[in-house]
Amino acid sequence: MSIKRSLLGVSFRVIHLMVLFFLFLGFQAYAVDPEVPDSEDAISAGQSIFNANCKTCHRLDQKLIGPALRGVTDRRELDWTKRFILNSQVLVQSGDPIAVELFEEYNNTVMPPMDFLGEGELMNLLAYIEYGDKAEPEAAAAAGDAAAGAEGGSAGGIPSEYLTIILVVLVIVLILVLVVLGLIVSVLTKYMNNSDKLDAEDKEFINQKTDYLAILKSDGFIVIVTTIVLAFVVKTAVDGLYTVGVQQGYAPSQPIAYSHELHAGQYEIPCQYCHTGVEIGKSANIPSANICMNCHMHIQNVGGQEGISPEIAKIYAAVDNDQPIEWVRVHNLPDLAYFNHSQHVAVGGVECQTCHGPIEEMEVVYQHSSLTMGWCIDCHRNTEITTRGNEYYDKLVQLHSESKDALKVKDIGGLECAKCHY
Amino acid sequence: MKENKKTYWKGLEQLTNDPEFVKHADQEFPGFTSKKNQTEDGGSSRRDFLKMMGFSVAAASLAACEAPVRKAIPYVNKPVDINPSIPNYYASTFSSDGNYASIVVKTREGRPIKVDGNSLSPITQGGTNAIVEASVLSLYDKARLTGPQINGQPVEWPALDAELGSKLASAGSIKIVANTILSPSTDRAIRQFAERYGDVELVTYDPISNYGITRASEVYYGSNILPSYHFDKAKVIVSFGADFLGSWISSIEFARQYSKGRKISKENPEMSRHFQFESNLSLTGANADYRTTLTPSQSGLAVLSLYNMIAGKAGAGSAGGSNLDLPHLARAADELWANRGNTLVVSGSNDPNVQVIIHAINELLGNTGTTVDVENPVYFRKGNDRRMNQLVSELNAGKVGAVIFYNCNPVYDFGGGQSLAEGIAKAKVSVSTAEVKNETASLVQYLTPDHHYLESWNDFQPKKGSYSLAQPTITPLFNTRQAQESFLKWAGNSISYYDFIREDWQALYESLGEGADFQSFWDKCLHDGVYLAGEAEGTEEDATVSATGDIAAAVSAIGQTYQAQGSGAELAVYAKVGIGSGTFANNPWLHEMPDPISKATWDNYLTVSQKWAMENGLEMKEGATKMANVSANGVSFTVPVLVQPGQAEGTFGLALGYGRTAAGRVADGLGVNAYPLLDASKGFVSYDITEGVSVSLTEEAYSIAQTQTQQTFMGRDFVIQEATLDEYKEDASAGRYHPEIYKDGEFVKPSKISLWSGHKYSMHHWGLAIDMNSCIGCAACTVACRVENNVAVVGKQEVLNRREMAWIRIDRYYSSPETANSYKELEKAADNPEVTFQPMMCQHCNNAPCETVCPVVATTHSSEGLNQMTYNRCIGTRYCANNCPYKVRRFNWFKYHDNKDFAGVNMAQNDDLGKMVLNPDVTVRARGVMEKCSMCVQRIQAGKLAAKREKREVKDGDINVACAAACPTEALVFGDLNDNNSRVSKMLKIEENSIEAIKEVNEERAYHVLEEINVNPNVWYFTKIRNKDKNEA
Repeated sequence: MSIKRSLLGVSFRVIHLMVLFFLFLGFQAYAVDPEVPDSEDAISAGQSIFNANCKTCHRLDQKLIGPALRGVTDRRELDWTKRFILNSQVLVQSGDPIAVELFEEYNNTVMPPMDFLGEGELMNLLAYIEYGDKAEPEAAAAAGDAAAGAEGGSAGGIPSEYLTIILVVLVIVLILVLVVLGLIVSVLTKYMNNSDKLDAEDKEFINQKTDYLAILKSDGFIVIVTTIVLAFVVKTAVDGLYTVGVQQGYAPSQPIAYSHELHAGQYEIPCQYCHTGVEIGKSANIPSANICMNCHMHIQNVGGQEGISPEIAKIYAAVDNDQPIEWVRVHNLPDLAYFNHSQHVAVGGVECQTCHGPIEEMEVVYQHSSLTMGWCIDCHRNTEITTRGNEYYDKLVQLHSESKDALKVKDIGGLECAKCHY
Repeated sequence: MKENKKTYWKGLEQLTNDPEFVKHADQEFPGFTSKKNQTEDGGSSRRDFLKMMGFSVAAASLAACEAPVRKAIPYVNKPVDINPSIPNYYASTFSSDGNYASIVVKTREGRPIKVDGNSLSPITQGGTNAIVEASVLSLYDKARLTGPQINGQPVEWPALDAELGSKLASAGSIKIVANTILSPSTDRAIRQFAERYGDVELVTYDPISNYGITRASEVYYGSNILPSYHFDKAKVIVSFGADFLGSWISSIEFARQYSKGRKISKENPEMSRHFQFESNLSLTGANADYRTTLTPSQSGLAVLSLYNMIAGKAGAGSAGGSNLDLPHLARAADELWANRGNTLVVSGSNDPNVQVIIHAINELLGNTGTTVDVENPVYFRKGNDRRMNQLVSELNAGKVGAVIFYNCNPVYDFGGGQSLAEGIAKAKVSVSTAEVKNETASLVQYLTPDHHYLESWNDFQPKKGSYSLAQPTITPLFNTRQAQESFLKWAGNSISYYDFIREDWQALYESLGEGADFQSFWDKCLHDGVYLAGEAEGTEEDATVSATGDIAAAVSAIGQTYQAQGSGAELAVYAKVGIGSGTFANNPWLHEMPDPISKATWDNYLTVSQKWAMENGLEMKEGATKMANVSANGVSFTVPVLVQPGQAEGTFGLALGYGRTAAGRVADGLGVNAYPLLDASKGFVSYDITEGVSVSLTEEAYSIAQTQTQQTFMGRDFVIQEATLDEYKEDASAGRYHPEIYKDGEFVKPSKISLWSGHKYSMHHWGLAIDMNSCIGCAACTVACRVENNVAVVGKQEVLNRREMAWIRIDRYYSSPETANSYKELEKAADNPEVTFQPMMCQHCNNAPCETVCPVVATTHSSEGLNQMTYNRCIGTRYCANNCPYKVRRFNWFKYHDNKDFAGVNMAQNDDLGKMVLNPDVTVRARGVMEKCSMCVQRIQAGKLAAKREKREVKDGDINVACAAACPTEALVFGDLNDNNSRVSKMLKIEENSIEAIKEVNEERAYHVLEEINVNPNVWYFTKIRNKDKNEA
């Protein structure tokens, strides 16, 4: 049921967004220079050039380190655009007003010369800039929503807050029933006392008081109370023990106030750009300072401010003094557990966020998941394996084809000790 | 099997059913007291228990308070090809005192952590030995020098160079002492040095000398060559004391060749026949089909007698001399003659006269050109004992101005070391390039420490036309400098040794005139680690070698030296497989490795025959023995005695490599040094002392830490299954034992009855096939396993307490047709027993007895057939070890890492330097948990992951376990039993496409150890086949 709900949710959102998108397009009408080719080949060739050379600083429809590029042939002369791409600094130094203005607007960031691009390649690049990936940002947003929807839906049939409300209502109803019953009893007692048909024995019975002290001292009561107290203590102790060594929410302050929100969220730098080991090795790798310098060679401050930001200056200090930056580890697995990033990311296709949470929203990184063995095992019990297109699993898929159940990690030994402990 | 009435025994105490032994035999851990005595009654009290409980609770709650801050420190500038957690492999070369192995070094985060064989090498062909496997630890040895020194004071390199340069210039005659130099570039560097200073001479010697052969070649062939031998092409091998599988010349290469001639199958049921004549029971002798004991004083005559017999058959005249009638010698001669051209006769003697006769025998048999290759000689051991001996006297006479010891330690490992030590002081200048301040280096003025070989560039020419390169796998750890660079520097050439080698290779490349350009030629050679020049290549010493055939002088010399009946006690000095010459003695892995034959660890001892022991009233029980006073060649010492079955009557054996005084913490003071016994006065270093040996037993008790009588198999006779070759040819399942169990009126195979419901392995089914015919017992696998799996070293006392931690052991069984109910019979049984080696590790049973008894489910079965051990779950009840029929589980009685009590032996887990060798993918186990062979599950996981990432199936050979990878004879074959095309499946002839755990195996030789208990292991053994007649011991 929940899946249906979330699917419906997704499709509604998608439609909603698409409507918005078309409206948006309507307002953004502009004239592309007619010389720019619009063939599929040119666009795809241009895309690979763009991805290789421009994507670090530019997006088509979004201002990043450099301006959003779509519509550039409308805004500028075609010839000027080409010259700017080939070597912007030549234009700036020649005093071209538009170029100088742009240069200053973007914090004097030098765009590396692209003079290795040929005429044809330039036109392909412009083709991509103008015609390429129109649905890109919207589709991504839709996919993100879909993921969010799925996550919300997967919690179960009834959300937990409803359960609490139902419980509270039930308790209120029970109390009301008790009050009503008490009233009935007192009314009946009064009525009976007023009645003449009763003998003394009956009266005594009606007016007898409950002996609460006796109840308190009774064995049954003591046993029940002791059991409850004991159960409570044991439960607290066990829960407490389960949290030993669990550092969920651990958010140590780092030597550099690096913000994932800014880099991964706002600028959408792919995780793998810095965490180079994530698809090839056990460790995802904390990026070395030279990777920071790829961008921070040019970007010296945040938000277009003048001068060098003190945080970014720490990278420069590290590089100058050849002193590595000593980051504080956030995710600490015990030595006895073997975890391999590439198995999960490259083979299993698990998103970074599945374990690390909304990293693109974290100003300071914290440990999102509990990283307990129970947490690992739960995922291994429920996750299906992506076997398609991977010859490694062919034999297994064939053997499993008779079974109706999906092939999950647990079915290929994902719950076995020596998968993680050796 | 019915005909096999042999008795198998692991030690003499088992053979005699000694009551003390029997009492303990069923206990893996007999009630020895622990290292620290607890209470007086030996146990712990209730109070202790409560204290411990209180402490644990307190510790747990304290630990829970706050997690320690852990840092993640990335590179500043990450090298392109180093990715944390991803290993890199570099081809390189190991070479030390005339030994050679082409290797592949595994590095993690820039640290070498494992050495494997390089399968591209035509010489070692991917094989290694114990010393090569262990050599990675010597890189992280605390004893290494951290920088140059003058007279014990640390200095900087420029200061040293300036001072030494002027001293050398005025020194006059300069001698460079070295072990055999295999490197052409090193040779050239020394030549450049010689050009600069004029009167420079290079004197080479080898700790284990083969000068006898090169000298004999000079006499017989007119050229001092060491021929290449091809044991694979020999149908009959006769060895007179040459331990060619253990320590003789190029043992890795020979082991590989030897095993090729010994592998049999139904399609090819032929194997070589091996005769061994020797006095100590060597590793090679243990593998021989026919072994005959003789005394060292007879050895020359034995060789001469063989020559005479063959000469008789060949129609050539007898060379004269008294003939010796030894068992099997006439038979050996017959078979040699019948197979002439495809046989090989070798001798371990260092006496040039004996080697001349050996050359002549091979020439008579027409082996030259097939099994003995004199056209393509090897350059391994070119040491000149005679010249070295002269140098010692020159030094003492004060004729030497300067002496430079290039990576050698002659004060310790040359026969005349004592006299050399006195002579060093008489030279005006003395220099040592040794990495460690060893016995020689501590006597010199200038210490110019060389890099470790894993930090160095180098090139090698082990054999004519065969080259290899060594490359650094880590930045130098200390302020050391490559010795060749030092020589060049002193010669006034500031070139880096890397550029210097490239110059040589550029010249080589140009002389070859092939390939695209030099850079790609260089890159290819560096990548492969080896380069094999084609036939066309000619070298300067390419004179055709032809036999002179003049043996008369040798015959008469032998007649004078040797005699048929020894006059008294004789001592044969030998080199152990693990310790070798003692160069790497400061390596605890080599000491903890049980000697393949005696199974003794951490000790040097005098091997004596059972007869001698009885005559002297010595009864050795589980390592408990006595000391003996030995004096020979004017040297006296006291040494423990070890009763060695197979020791020739009237002889004693003593190993080299012990008694170090300046090697480092591990080796210093361990055992006695046998080098002073060696006499070089006859012009060659003699390892046989035939006169003036006296041995007297003292009453002083001593314990030798032997592993051999541990883990007894309790009289189950079918652990070893063997047959002779003839039996095998008649019936491929000869020697097999087929247990049957009575059930419902019929006898069935044990595997048909089971309490367990059985596993199914849908993906992989890992298994291991072990060919006992190929296993030579060299123990390279045991060291490889220790390195790969971070297995702790526990030291002598703990081995005595039966607590050694090795995951794989090689069980050595003696067998003889005689049982031993009386002393006389014991003597006969132990006279010259047969030996069988059986590697034993966790058998990964499909019906594992350990799994069913673990109360906390810490040991479980995987869906790939592995028996998994989960340390973090284990609470140490040891039920599993008690229930393991193979006794392969090991318990951590102590915390062996970061523990000062074990810092002296467990070097790899106790200091920051040593810890760099640990494999980061394998947990270092804590105290109180069980451990055992995991079938290198970390390698399996890595191999599977690589396949998954590349979206392909796992290819056979992608994954190999450390023991199988190290094996020089390919006795262990690992693979996926579910994969019909894997080598192991083909070996075992698994036909069906089965995913069942219990597979039908059609290979007749394959068996499970203890099949009758139906634990159904995933490790299969192949019957041992001996190439000998029936009914012979």
